[in-house]
Amino acid sequence: MTRRPFILAAEGVNKEFDGFKAINNLNFYMDEGELRTVIGPNGAGKSTFLDLITGRTKPDNGSIKFFEESELTTLSEYQIYRLGIGRKFQTPTVFLDHTVYENIMLNVEGSRNVWNAIFTSTSKEQRDRIYEVLKIIGLESRAGGKAGNLAHGQKQWLEIGMLLAQNAKLLLVDEPAAGMTDEETHKTGELLLSLAGKHSIIVIEHDMVFVRQIATKVTVLHQGTVLCEGKVDEVQNNEKVIEVYLGRKKAHDK
Amino acid sequence: MRRIFTNFEAWGVLVAAIIAIVVLPYLNAFTPATSILHVSDFSINLYGKYLCYAVLAISVDILWGYTGLLSLGQCLFFSLGGYMMGMYLMRMIGSLGQYQKPIPDFLVFLGWNSLPAFWKPFSSFPFALMMTLLLPGLLSLVFGFLAFRSRIRGVYFSILTQALTYAASILFLRNNLLLGGNNGFTDFKFMLGHDLRLPATQRVLYICTALLLLATYLLCKWLTTTRFGKIQRAIRDSENRVLFSGYSTANFKLFIFVLSGLIASLAGALYVPQVGIINPNEMATDKSIEVVVWVAVGGRGTLVGPVIGAIFVNALRSWATRAYPDLWLIILGFLFIFVVLFMPKGIVGLFAQVRDILKGKAKTSEPPPSSATPDLVTPPKPATSTMPPVKS
Repeated sequence: MTRRPFILAAEGVNKEFDGFKAINNLNFYMDEGELRTVIGPNGAGKSTFLDLITGRTKPDNGSIKFFEESELTTLSEYQIYRLGIGRKFQTPTVFLDHTVYENIMLNVEGSRNVWNAIFTSTSKEQRDRIYEVLKIIGLESRAGGKAGNLAHGQKQWLEIGMLLAQNAKLLLVDEPAAGMTDEETHKTGELLLSLAGKHSIIVIEHDMVFVRQIATKVTVLHQGTVLCEGKVDEVQNNEKVIEVYLGRKKAHDK
Repeated sequence: MRRIFTNFEAWGVLVAAIIAIVVLPYLNAFTPATSILHVSDFSINLYGKYLCYAVLAISVDILWGYTGLLSLGQCLFFSLGGYMMGMYLMRMIGSLGQYQKPIPDFLVFLGWNSLPAFWKPFSSFPFALMMTLLLPGLLSLVFGFLAFRSRIRGVYFSILTQALTYAASILFLRNNLLLGGNNGFTDFKFMLGHDLRLPATQRVLYICTALLLLATYLLCKWLTTTRFGKIQRAIRDSENRVLFSGYSTANFKLFIFVLSGLIASLAGALYVPQVGIINPNEMATDKSIEVVVWVAVGGRGTLVGPVIGAIFVNALRSWATRAYPDLWLIILGFLFIFVVLFMPKGIVGLFAQVRDILKGKAKTSEPPPSSATPDLVTPPKPATSTMPPVKS
């Protein structure tokens, strides 16, 4: 039996910022269709890890492979995007001055070159896809309004919708629940769960209630390296994880 | 509401175009000089100059207002277009110069007896016109490629464009570049066989300028409605998001930078036969900054605004330099500060601004703070407080 390729495989990745080791010999593997949650204390290197995957920063060494064939560390942001990796930023990053419809439209699958942007308009299929995405994220009724007028939670959903429009194989979602109400958080969790399987998703999150809602497998990052991996309960009961979260002092007291 | 405005705009443009292209030249050509409706030759020439500036202002607006690229060197492309046309006009002087030689006077002065090789093809008008597009096009392509590939953004881009035009002005001041040095080109006589000193020739040049302005406006207006236009504004608002949406923003910026350079160059090519002189002073850094002031005064990111701004500020200059010659720069400075402080959307935005004040809604016209600064409302949660202790 042949093994299915990992959708994402990071091996021996290092990244140093002015003497600070943000990522330290990181190894990370993920299967296709998986919904993986990455947690870790502040400064554990979670966002840096996403920066490395998406080409925003380049690692000092190591390799990050997509489907075990594309080496992401040598590609630029838009090339990585075109492979099918989409990213939602920590703070919602949508085009505030554009309408909700236009936000999705700019991300819908299709040509990205200058000439086509000038001389072709949105096709019927693309338009259908845009409305399909708007329906999934529940912003159909806001399609014609400016994205700047959306509530904070809605902006987060819009940004997730932008990733869906591109039909990304791998969604990188950085703190989707930040600044949301409990109800919005819950809805976001349901949205992500409904997308898992069709898409592979990495979620970075702090909110443990939210993590419990969505997580099947959790990776804990600490000081730029993987501390442990497993189910939510296993991870929460792990001695090393508790030590990291509650501080060293307590561990020494024992 | 939106639809009415676009109709209003369309009618406005149509009426302005008819006045500029048909009515003013008609009044100039067919009314007696004594009539109060008569438009003098001097005025037509002056308006032609203003309209060239208006085209230049649009070229800055598509960069600054729509893409967020503040170019402080746009007059370089304007001047290059002017120089290319100027070379043709110099050749058309023939042997009518001071020295009565078949080569331009300044070359005689520098000791040349025959024409330098690179000057020869400029006897042809089509060649000069082609160079008007080719030289600024190539320069903006190379400069833009290097700048955008290196991800030079914001104020660094502005400083580089400023440095580029400064460097070019120093280069063009040199006599051994054989482009007239400090004095540049002047004393033109003919263009396509027509005497440039005749009012009829100047009138045709004025009409050409008005047509160029209309064509430029319509082209840019159309461009803003395409998907390209939406990407352009998206780059202005959040370039990183555009990159992470799979667009190579460098290519988009390069396209608009080259287009803008070509537009500016065409404006320069029409400017020179109307003012009758081109010299390195046109490339001076302050000229390019002044264009930015016109755009800001008129209202950036509107296309109509820069046209209004360019005409308004230059008309003001024509008046002020006669009435208060020493105060012009101070007036210009105050105007800029006033506009930045009190009229952020320029003259074009004034109508909406006044309406809001009358309705007492001056404050609600600003976007709510939550949408303007999304990163301030989502402080990162401290990790330690959200991880419930399971064991102690």
